Amino acid sequence: MFELHVLLLFMILGAIIAVEIKDLLSSVVAVGAVGLGLSVAFLILKAPDLAITQLVVEILCLIILIRATLKRDIPPLERGKEVVNSIIVLLFIAGFLFFAYLALKDLPSFGNPIMRVSQNYLAEGLKKTGATNLVASVILDFRAYDTLGEATVLFTAVIGVLAVLRRIGRKKVDETMKEENE
Amino acid sequence: MCLILFSIGIYCILVKRNLIKIIIGIGIAEYAVNLFFILVGYRAQGRAPILAEKEIVQNMVDPLPQALILTAIVIGLAVTVLIVSIAIRIYEKYGTFDITKIRRLRG
Amino acid sequence: MTLIVKTITRLTVGLILLYGIYIVTHGHLSPGGGFPGGVIIALSFIHLMLAFGKDLALKKLSESLASFFESFGAIMFLTIGLLGIAGGYFFFNFVLKGKPFNLFSAGIIPLCNIAICLKVGAGLFAVFVALILLKVPIKKK
Repeated sequence: MFELHVLLLFMILGAIIAVEIKDLLSSVVAVGAVGLGLSVAFLILKAPDLAITQLVVEILCLIILIRATLKRDIPPLERGKEVVNSIIVLLFIAGFLFFAYLALKDLPSFGNPIMRVSQNYLAEGLKKTGATNLVASVILDFRAYDTLGEATVLFTAVIGVLAVLRRIGRKKVDETMKEENE
Repeated sequence: MCLILFSIGIYCILVKRNLIKIIIGIGIAEYAVNLFFILVGYRAQGRAPILAEKEIVQNMVDPLPQALILTAIVIGLAVTVLIVSIAIRIYEKYGTFDITKIRRLRG
Repeated sequence: MTLIVKTITRLTVGLILLYGIYIVTHGHLSPGGGFPGGVIIALSFIHLMLAFGKDLALKKLSESLASFFESFGAIMFLTIGLLGIAGGYFFFNFVLKGKPFNLFSAGIIPLCNIAICLKVGAGLFAVFVALILLKVPIKKK
């Protein structure tokens, strides 16, 4: 899978640029490039549903992040005790990678999944539901509870945003208008 | 290999001081986890799990992790939207994005 | 916004809406489904708002109408699930299934897709309107 490795290298490079650069707008654009690379990786791994969803969700994330960083001045950050902090974090990440490599050696080799449950889904999907898109039949017929939970999470997020950004904004506008009138 | 992407995201969350950089780090870690799950369920020379006319069923890629990760992508979007709205409110109240200056809890 | 952006928006925003509806209704035949279709429909309204300012977009779809659509989508999804209890268990597939590869096959799945599309699209548009309408007072420090 040569092209998959090239794509992963591109994503890692984009992530390093997004983390290290000082300008906020450029790092948001770099995160957008990483998301686009992820969508192409989903296409290479034969998952077209996920590629469409990831592309569209990435565009929306970019719009909202740019709204947060556009009209704000970037405050200058001083170099405090950052060196000691970085070294401790790097040691922790090295330990984490070592234990992850030990734990993931038992997975089946790349390209031969076990698929004990999915054999039933593949064999009986067309007969039991009549849908030809097997992924849609899994999320809306065999596992509809998870979709209900996801709809609830989205509903809660929308209510949360509308509650956080609501009334005090109007009060501040009234206060500034009263200050200007006095 | 995608564990390296995940560790870049974790490094960004723990070390950087700007609030927007922390949000970007959370996004990068979430992309790495989604990629890892799809890599596990891949069958060599498989086909996409959508039936066409007159096709045999075997040799298809695993459809179960794809369904779960579809849910996870949309939930990641919801979390990002909520975090960005809270960050906008923090900027209005304190006037800065530096996390070492946002330590006082107003009573 | 400049003239180029306004002209192109006028040409393509109807196409984006039509493409989103296509992805939602053919959710059981080709990749897509309710979630990306709902996000595409929300993106078409956001495109209109970014190019022309918020007054024209709010005339097309006001905030109370968006919140009504979102609640209606959630209630419809729950009702479709609860009606399946009459058949035996939760989310029982009771609508009859036609031949495969037709538009009206696969029982309950297209109705669920439409309910999710309404919910996601209206919710994301309401969030964007709330982010834009928040007026930031200009601090003079």
